[in-house]
Amino acid sequence: MNEYKDRILNGIIKENPTFILILGMCPTLAVTTSAMNGVGMGLSTTAVLIFSNLLISLLRNIIPDKVRIPAYIVVIASLVTVVELVLKAYIPALYSALGLYIPLIVVNCIILGRAEAYASKSTPVLAVCDGIGMGLGFTIALTLIGILRELIGAGSFFGMNIMPSAYQPVAIFVKAPGAFIVLGGIIAVMNGLKIKNNSSKKVEGCSGDCCSCGSSDCSDAKKKK
Amino acid sequence: MSEMVLIFVGAALVNNVVLSQFYGLCPFLGVSKQIKTAASMGVAIIFVITIASAVCSVIYTYLLTPLDLQFLQTIVFILVIAGLVQFVEMFLKKNSPALFQALGVYLPLITTNCAVLGVALTNVQKEYSFVPSVVNGLGTSVGFTISIVILAGIRERMENNNIIAPLKGMPIVLFAAALMAIAFNGFAGLI
Repeated sequence: MNEYKDRILNGIIKENPTFILILGMCPTLAVTTSAMNGVGMGLSTTAVLIFSNLLISLLRNIIPDKVRIPAYIVVIASLVTVVELVLKAYIPALYSALGLYIPLIVVNCIILGRAEAYASKSTPVLAVCDGIGMGLGFTIALTLIGILRELIGAGSFFGMNIMPSAYQPVAIFVKAPGAFIVLGGIIAVMNGLKIKNNSSKKVEGCSGDCCSCGSSDCSDAKKKK
Repeated sequence: MSEMVLIFVGAALVNNVVLSQFYGLCPFLGVSKQIKTAASMGVAIIFVITIASAVCSVIYTYLLTPLDLQFLQTIVFILVIAGLVQFVEMFLKKNSPALFQALGVYLPLITTNCAVLGVALTNVQKEYSFVPSVVNGLGTSVGFTISIVILAGIRERMENNNIIAPLKGMPIVLFAAALMAIAFNGFAGLI
């Protein structure tokens, strides 16, 4: 049981995909204009991640090594289409708020990265736990960024006005530059804490470059740890 | 004609793909350490996005729409793009080794660049026909190249600067990108 719990906590804290591994930047910055959008995007990605991890783990002995990446992409793209249609049918407001970023979950490197680095090498239950952990880590990160941007940029929290009326919202925080500033600030704070503690080494991850995600040295770096 | 110019300028500057749409952030942050590599990446992207938007537009109009299979667009487009990148790579290797050398490792990485899929989907969403799709693709990728080269220039300059420890690495790059995004906001009134 502990093994499973470890997997989940690993994704949320130790290898948080957004803050530590710096994966999946595009949706992180694009949809976090409000806390609600952050939650929606995070949970959609989590759903895709859990099922893709499960399917790929089940299929890991069937898919030939040579065509594994295209095979993963087809699995992920099918799941994303399912999520897209479900959101369109049941939560149209969220569907229109997230827009094109829902189909773009396909190219979110967290999903392909976990498929290649973890799910293709482990048992289904562990892979699902990994999906839950990574997904929740991603959701928490997105929600945090969303809350900060919404609070500073619009003076509200999940749509409720909570700032005193004298507060002038800094509109730039809900626009594009604000996303960069908030994420830069959060990573800087985390770096600062790390330097202070001086204990934890810098996590290699994918050297901050999703491009190499799914490539062998990316997963090797993770294995070594 | 003027409509095409508007689409091009809109895609390249006003709605800059990286700085206001956030597509293709990964290579933007990952491959922008040097101007030279950034420019190669940019050229590779221009190449692939322009071809991909043409091919995806044809497939959507003449294959998916008549068969009423529009909901499959995500799956079809990503496979087309992956195949296309592979094909472009093989074609260049055989016919233009010099260009292949220059673009080298960047080509396969483009498959996971969400800008490519993003442009293909935007074209469908905005109901662009064939020519506007290609112009939009070209504009978007030129916009990407402009911004990645500028960021690489800034990063080369920062290399030797004394940056306080917590800001080293990704944070300072993100702040630089934020300032660029503010500057690009200035184009908003252009159209």
